[in-house]
Amino acid sequence: MTAPKTLYDKIWDAHVAHEAEDGTCLLYIDRHLVHEVTSPQAFEGLRMAGRKVRAPEKTIAVPDHNVPTTLDREKGIDNEESRIQVEALDRNAKEFGIHYYPVSDVRQGIVHIVGPEQGWTLPGMTVVCGDSHTATHGAFGALAHGIGTSEVEHVLATQTLIQKKSKNMKVEITGKLKPGVTAKDITLAVIGATGTAGGTGHVIEYCGEAIRDLSMEGRMTVCNMAIEGGARAGLIAPDETTFEYVKGRPHAPKGAQWEAALAWWKTLYTDEGAHFDKVVTLRAEDIEPVVTWGTSPEDVLPITGVVPSPEDFTGGKVEAVRRALDYMGLTPGQKLTDIEIDTVFIGSCTNGRIEDLRAAAEILKGKKIKVKRAMVVPGSGLVRAQAEEEGIAQIFQDAGFEWRLAGCSMCLAMNPDQLSEGERCAATSNRNFEGRQGYKGRTHLVSPAMAAAAALTGRLTDVREMM
Amino acid sequence: MEKFETFTGIAAPMPLVNIDTDMIIPKVFLKTIKRSGLGVHAFDEMRYDRDGNEIPDFVLNQPAYRKAQILIAGDNFGCGSSREHAPWALADFGIKVVVSTSFADIFFNNCFKNGMLPIVLPQEQVDILMKDAERGENARMTVDLEAQEITTSEGEVIKFEVDAFKKHCLLNGLDDIGLTLEKAAAIDSFEAKARAERPWV
Repeated sequence: MTAPKTLYDKIWDAHVAHEAEDGTCLLYIDRHLVHEVTSPQAFEGLRMAGRKVRAPEKTIAVPDHNVPTTLDREKGIDNEESRIQVEALDRNAKEFGIHYYPVSDVRQGIVHIVGPEQGWTLPGMTVVCGDSHTATHGAFGALAHGIGTSEVEHVLATQTLIQKKSKNMKVEITGKLKPGVTAKDITLAVIGATGTAGGTGHVIEYCGEAIRDLSMEGRMTVCNMAIEGGARAGLIAPDETTFEYVKGRPHAPKGAQWEAALAWWKTLYTDEGAHFDKVVTLRAEDIEPVVTWGTSPEDVLPITGVVPSPEDFTGGKVEAVRRALDYMGLTPGQKLTDIEIDTVFIGSCTNGRIEDLRAAAEILKGKKIKVKRAMVVPGSGLVRAQAEEEGIAQIFQDAGFEWRLAGCSMCLAMNPDQLSEGERCAATSNRNFEGRQGYKGRTHLVSPAMAAAAALTGRLTDVREMM
Repeated sequence: MEKFETFTGIAAPMPLVNIDTDMIIPKVFLKTIKRSGLGVHAFDEMRYDRDGNEIPDFVLNQPAYRKAQILIAGDNFGCGSSREHAPWALADFGIKVVVSTSFADIFFNNCFKNGMLPIVLPQEQVDILMKDAERGENARMTVDLEAQEITTSEGEVIKFEVDAFKKHCLLNGLDDIGLTLEKAAAIDSFEAKARAERPWV
């Protein structure tokens, strides 16, 4: 009998193309997603060395970081450098013969939303992208992680990645979530509990009843932020929810291939008794709607809390908290619900899917925003189209939100969607780092429902008061 | 890639924890399609004010540390994005070695691809190096990758661990892609086997 394996062990073992004596492996890559920011130097490297893309049929590109999200974007990109980057991807996709969704395609959107939506991401695959939020695809039980540009070039040229196996970490969320608590609150609560380096060197498998109960959209939100907890990747074992989501997608297997795939996918779970190097367990009942108050995703508290003091911490974190409070313009002891918000951003690869927009619209329906500005940036053209069909777009617009085209937008503010100095934003994105959403901009990470609640009151708000 | 050779250089103390990739290289500089020229923008928002003037307090702006080749940093250095622009910026500035108690995985890997050596040490040893670095430009440390040793300005020797394959690549300035292509036959046979077992991929 073979030793019990974790889900990660199984996917890893199925993809080792070569193993050296010291354990350094060539891991075969099933899907390589590409965007315009981290790929130009990689394609240039191929060109200089006279190399081709080894598996263009497994390589999918879409511009997302730089693209404008305003309705007039067909007129082109004003910023010259952004334009050059997107044009470089246009050219590289064509020259190297890879799948491509240009800005003009209705399927264009954030790479981590487009991949699953088009059925490129399937259970048991290895998926990489020059983007740390590649962890998103782990929601399908795919081993998915971010890589640097040199590794992008390596995968383009060889379809493999040089890797050593990470450790196994289990994050179990037992029981059922309370009303008003979402996947975003789970993932932030986990980071709050483990810290931003808690997962370093590990691949996390999320499990437990609260995870099982999540939709694919929710699971993607959870896995998306595995990287914020330092983990190389996050995984959720595929189940009926997964198969249901995948079935019928443009690039999902069909007919006899579907049956064969399904038979293998059903073997992708952690065996009884498999070893985890680290285990973290949270009770779903204990998780409240949360917000971040600082400049690291681990700076997270229930919305009912107060801003902490540097003295509440130890070691290097004391100075980091002092700096964060200064940057964020907050005072220890201040109630989180007293923090006034200027701007609300709903979107990103963390929370730019249809379910996220529905959750926000549910809170906004028939009401008006009190913040200075609010925008919704759907994660893809298809999410946008679906939201329009469901009447959600109208709810946002009636409430006073700007209804944008798809892209990364204000999550990292590489396009014109940016915060100004001191502007305070409740955002459904994934990073509250200094300057992330704009120079000296202040970010509070929240769920879509919490973002909607903040938009209505003009301050951080417990969404449960509105339900 | 250039070979990593033993050197003696200035170490700059950056005790802040969670120095993220957005701090190392803000997104406005990610729009380049080249690898070079980012050194002047390393730590941009910590290093310059809005008008582009240097902020004198920032460690790499201080006369003693302007030519630093080593960073001694707080926990979890390089957390955040996969942007290789972060190690490109540090390397272009002249940084060859970063020491911390921990690094984010992607940043850690990215360093090796660019001839840089990230070194993980226990807190007590990082503290010793931090203290040494705080002494300024006369406190030059020596990093010997072959021997896996850092020697402080006072001659204290600290041993460090490094992955054998990564060490080999750094010391010899080897290109990963070239090495992997030598194993093309293994990739070919894996691909054929995988295609038979999982034809839907």
